Amino acid sequence: MPSTIIDKVRSAHVVTEQPGAPALLYIDLHLVHEVTSPQAFDGLRARGLTVRRPEHTFATADHSVPTTDRSLPIVDPIAAKQVAQLEANCREFGIPCHSMASQQQGIVHVIGPEFGLTQPGMTVVCGDSHTATHGAFGALAFGIGTSEVEQVLATQCLLQKKSKTYKVEVTGRLRPGVAAKDIILALIAKIGAGGGTGCIFEYCGSGIRALSMDERMTICNMSIEAGARAGLIAPDDTTYEYMYGRQFAPQGEAWDRALARWRRLPSDEGASYDREVAIDAASLEPMVTFGTSPGMGIPISGLVPDPAAIADPIERESVAKALRYMNLEPGKPLAGHAIDVVFIGSCTNGRISDLRAAASVLKGRKVKSGVRVLVVPGSHEAKRQAEAEGLDAVFRDAGAEWREPGCSMCLAMNGDQLEPGQYGLATSNRNFEGRQGKGGRTILASPATAAASAVTGVVTDPRRLA
Amino acid sequence: MKPFTTLDSRLVPLPIDNVDTDQIIPARFLKTLSKVGLGDQLFCDWRYDAEGRPKPDFILNQPRVKGAEILLAGDNFGCGSSREHAPWALTQFGFRAVISTSFADIFRQNSLKNSLLPVVVPREVHAELFALPPDATVAIDLASQKLTLPGGKTVEFPIDPFAKHCLLNGIDELGYIRQQEDAIAAFEARCECAVNTLG
Repeated sequence: MPSTIIDKVRSAHVVTEQPGAPALLYIDLHLVHEVTSPQAFDGLRARGLTVRRPEHTFATADHSVPTTDRSLPIVDPIAAKQVAQLEANCREFGIPCHSMASQQQGIVHVIGPEFGLTQPGMTVVCGDSHTATHGAFGALAFGIGTSEVEQVLATQCLLQKKSKTYKVEVTGRLRPGVAAKDIILALIAKIGAGGGTGCIFEYCGSGIRALSMDERMTICNMSIEAGARAGLIAPDDTTYEYMYGRQFAPQGEAWDRALARWRRLPSDEGASYDREVAIDAASLEPMVTFGTSPGMGIPISGLVPDPAAIADPIERESVAKALRYMNLEPGKPLAGHAIDVVFIGSCTNGRISDLRAAASVLKGRKVKSGVRVLVVPGSHEAKRQAEAEGLDAVFRDAGAEWREPGCSMCLAMNGDQLEPGQYGLATSNRNFEGRQGKGGRTILASPATAAASAVTGVVTDPRRLA
Repeated sequence: MKPFTTLDSRLVPLPIDNVDTDQIIPARFLKTLSKVGLGDQLFCDWRYDAEGRPKPDFILNQPRVKGAEILLAGDNFGCGSSREHAPWALTQFGFRAVISTSFADIFRQNSLKNSLLPVVVPREVHAELFALPPDATVAIDLASQKLTLPGGKTVEFPIDPFAKHCLLNGIDELGYIRQQEDAIAAFEARCECAVNTLG
């Protein structure tokens, strides 16, 4: 029977399936960071357990780290303690760790692929919901809680029920000024923030094949924002070209063997899915969000919807509550609305091609007076590459801040945050209430839209500045 | 893990869809190294004003819900991040079950590992529950998977049989997985190691 890549990867990792229990899945790669791991390591110590496969485990500090001068100590004593605890835990249990001082540190979902750790056909987990990013390589990658982090540390395994398969077919080519971010924001707006609950997405079609690995990662990254725990893309030559020669990618004959294995991964002709949806990339405009859920998105030429037109009372009140929080009026365009801060970065859009997209808009232009712009590369690797290309100078000359790598203002754990009432236009993944700082209001968009809006000081269609 | 068998309680209504884990427990509280002490921070930004005083109009601050152990919420409850701090905060505040029309996948998994029961009900039952008077009590019986409304109407709710077994008996999943050691070792012996991060 023809099978999907989702089923192929899963079935290759089933350790055992006992009656009355979910299948036990083997995990190839476990990524660890400072926020969701300390209680798991405590659990190991309390039970007298060790880490079963430290060589399948890899840690970095990204959420709590400052994005300012790294030669200085962390000012926040609680964050400093958390980062120190990660380093101590990794030393104690023999796990490789690129913490704050490492020149290879970065956001866990940016550095995994850069190191060549993320490979097609793998199972990848991390105590972080954006782990689906690694699905761009044809890996089955999903976020887990701290109890499951402890389980994987101790046993390299997880119990997992089979999810439904959800085919997301993207046809057509993006028009200039429209980005991969706009595809995923359009998908979430179409099916809703819970539209993929219980499912794993497979993104396919000519619109996906045309994308670079960075763009594919942006799409897979936000699968969770539609409720899907994982989202993946079958590997192809674009994938292999990206991976070839990276530090942990197979080398020599091992590469040839791996390649032969990876080429068998794509879904078979005629494989069936539990659900399907189609998106025409050619019809998309740049997308922006107006509310406090990533599903509350509109094309940039669109109008903020009127809650009064929604029939379901709870949904109506949820949208009304979001508009009250955002202080936006129904029926008005979002384009042209003033913004205070622009954040370019995160595991969604902090890679080198994102920095290039933003820099190409900002080159020779100035950030609007009164607007603060933070550019936070996703990793040291992305930062080095950007500096080699002179992008840091483009950002600085425009009046933007060029900062050190980390999660930064995506979740505002490290002090990079909006002030109450401020509007932030962000390339990150969540516009939840207070996500970027208590009382802050987030509008999600692509790097090009963020850069264009930085120049004008209002929400702006990047095609107007092209 | 604490076993879960039955629960009789009033409801704490929170009629909002897509309640995300950043609302349940904001990220600034995740710098803790501990699992405990999070109950006071539950729904922090909805619950307290800028000066840290309880907002009287927020449901958790109203005397009528004091002691209630069931949260009644809108669609897609617990969406967003994978932070297990969300069920830790809910249980430490005193909740033992959440009723909704749907739950985010990771939140549901995290809840089941912390004796917090996610109860999914059909839309019409959900509306009926929201229409109940504030002092109404519902009963949850996990063994029979039944939710009983004040008038005696019972509704069956779904739960994964393994999760149910673990909840009823207070079984910790890690203990179960460790019993599969032979199968894990056999798997490792037959499968090529995909990556070596130490190499």
